[in-house]
Amino acid sequence: MPPDTPPHVRAGLELRNVSKYYGDLAALMGAQLRVGPGESILLYGPNGAGKTTLLRLLATLARPSEGEIVFEGRDIRQHAAAAKAAIGFVSHSTFLYGDLTVRENLEFFGTLFALPEPEKKIAAALELFTLGSRVHTPVRKLSRGLQQRVSLARALLHEPTFLLLDEPFTGLDAATVAALETLMRRLPDTGRTVVFSTHDFERGAALARRLVTLEAGRIRYDGPVEGRIQESGFRIQESGRQTTQTPQS
Amino acid sequence: MGKTLPTIHLLVTLAWMLLAFWMIFLYAPQELTMGEVQRIFYIHAPLAWVAGTAYTIVFLGSVIYLWKRSPLADELAHAAGEVGFIFCSSLLFTGPLWAKPVWGIWWTWDARLTLTFVLWLLFVSYLMLRSYVSSPGRAATLAAVVGIIGYVDVPIDYMAIRWWRTQHPQPVIAGGEGSGLEPRMLLTFMVCVGAFHCLFSYLLAQRFRLAKARREVSALRRTLATRFSED
Amino acid sequence: MRSLKIISAVLVKDLRLEWRNRETLASVCVFGILVVFLFNFAFEPGREESLRQLPGLLWVAFAFAGVLCFNRSFALERENACLEGMVLAPVDPGLVYLGKMLANLIFLSIAQCVIVFATSLWYNFSFVPSLKWFALITFLCTVGYVAVGTTFGAIAANLHMREVMLPVLQFPVALPIFIAGIEASTGALKGDPPSSYMSWIKLAAGIAVIFVVLSYLLFEYVLEE
Repeated sequence: MPPDTPPHVRAGLELRNVSKYYGDLAALMGAQLRVGPGESILLYGPNGAGKTTLLRLLATLARPSEGEIVFEGRDIRQHAAAAKAAIGFVSHSTFLYGDLTVRENLEFFGTLFALPEPEKKIAAALELFTLGSRVHTPVRKLSRGLQQRVSLARALLHEPTFLLLDEPFTGLDAATVAALETLMRRLPDTGRTVVFSTHDFERGAALARRLVTLEAGRIRYDGPVEGRIQESGFRIQESGRQTTQTPQS
Repeated sequence: MGKTLPTIHLLVTLAWMLLAFWMIFLYAPQELTMGEVQRIFYIHAPLAWVAGTAYTIVFLGSVIYLWKRSPLADELAHAAGEVGFIFCSSLLFTGPLWAKPVWGIWWTWDARLTLTFVLWLLFVSYLMLRSYVSSPGRAATLAAVVGIIGYVDVPIDYMAIRWWRTQHPQPVIAGGEGSGLEPRMLLTFMVCVGAFHCLFSYLLAQRFRLAKARREVSALRRTLATRFSED
Repeated sequence: MRSLKIISAVLVKDLRLEWRNRETLASVCVFGILVVFLFNFAFEPGREESLRQLPGLLWVAFAFAGVLCFNRSFALERENACLEGMVLAPVDPGLVYLGKMLANLIFLSIAQCVIVFATSLWYNFSFVPSLKWFALITFLCTVGYVAVGTTFGAIAANLHMREVMLPVLQFPVALPIFIAGIEASTGALKGDPPSSYMSWIKLAAGIAVIFVVLSYLLFEYVLEE
């Protein structure tokens, strides 16, 4: 990288003209997105808009049909290991083994991510999500909300720079939601980034500083959350329902 | 330009095939022991060579696809797989046609026939995999892996089956390929190999063109979808 | 070394999962025994025929037990998209392959012991005199078979037709392993000098090496989307 590269590019995760096709279906088209450290981004759009696809592409779980994904200025495929070590992903699937206990799952991922002090990190994660009492419970026996907490613990174990969350609030109990919101507010201040998608615009807008809206596979808006709320005529159609954000006076 | 090359290709193929068939039936001398039926050899053996060529193309296309992610390489591999399957099936079909009148049996598990059947299974599994994977991107990658592993396996299969048959010998159904072929027979054989390869290349080109057209239609469909979503 | 840690982590994880519910082991052992049982009705086991049929029978049982084993190996990964969870980690996919391959090797070997024991009992045939060579041959061939089967198991896991596709994909490729296993076992069980079947052993070892290396290199393509 040239020496005068701005720091946000140096540490950034970027989609450069990325398209993803599944057969004839274009899930994402011509996406341009640059994500730097210390950001909080809300990914908003109706079902099928491409939010999950975009997150999966950033998480290195999907490879683009066109365009490239750039991490720290280089093609992500050239240093996939460094990228994966800097990214944490939480989705509807928990990536956890049902028959293993919470601790066993976290220890397994701890080994995969080559954590320097696994015991300490696992203990910290268990405390953060108050999983201490369930440490020896098989994941299969936990409620959905608790499983998501373990999944969050898993994603944060290696202290990733970029935390990607796909509809993280779905199916969670109030306590977990509160813990998650606190975490999401705190992370950007420590130089880490949260990118999350949600159907709940109010909650999401309260947590995020930047808004990216997607519709039919294309990014429609990418800018500060406040600016978008203040624009008039901001409408999103969601399965027949229309949500109109009225400008603030 | 779009129509000229394929037409020339077709004409050359037809001409070559006609020449080949003339040579099979009128030019090549009659074989001493087997009589007229032996002439099937001139179809059967070249088919084997073509099946081998087809699978080699599958392998090369697979390697290039995994390396360069070129959709062309993937389409070429797929096309070669399909056309190769047809040729391999014809090979399996002509084998018994030759065996029955000459040796009185439809089939035997001699080394060559066993290997032919294994090759046929490799084609079948390759094509089945492609049709059962729902997402085209994944189908290409997985098929490429299968193509590579299968191809590496062919020489190993050959060795194993040959050794197996030497331990349990059975009457060999056909003399070695070049074993004592009289000059006119050899010439006929080489012309036939060429003719069938020409036919293979024509069918391959057509199938490849079809794949390319499908890809373009797909791209058009996506563009159309975009236009509608633009409102 | 980090690579060994990853491989053993995947291996231990699979062993632990199996220990929790023992579904794979149970089904593979039972299935293998069932195959041997059915063969009893196909052939009348006199001493001479036994010698000729046993290796073939054993390897048919091993082959189908293996299919079950490889299918299950990836079935448990599918439940919560766990394979993707491993893709998220900065690990060489080839190491994941080796870990799963070793786990399958252990499971299939245990099943093989059970199958051989059942066969020995029902056919009144003792494997003990030729045990050393028979075990070596079976082990080498099983390594090759598991190398191939684990890869194809991962591939077939993507298809809803996986139960059918796995045998279709892997049997043509695994055939030389089966032939080597059957031929070498026949020699060993008959009491022939090892030199007579040494070439089969070398072939089996060569196949094992080739397919482990090839699968290790290609596994990243099997895992990616």
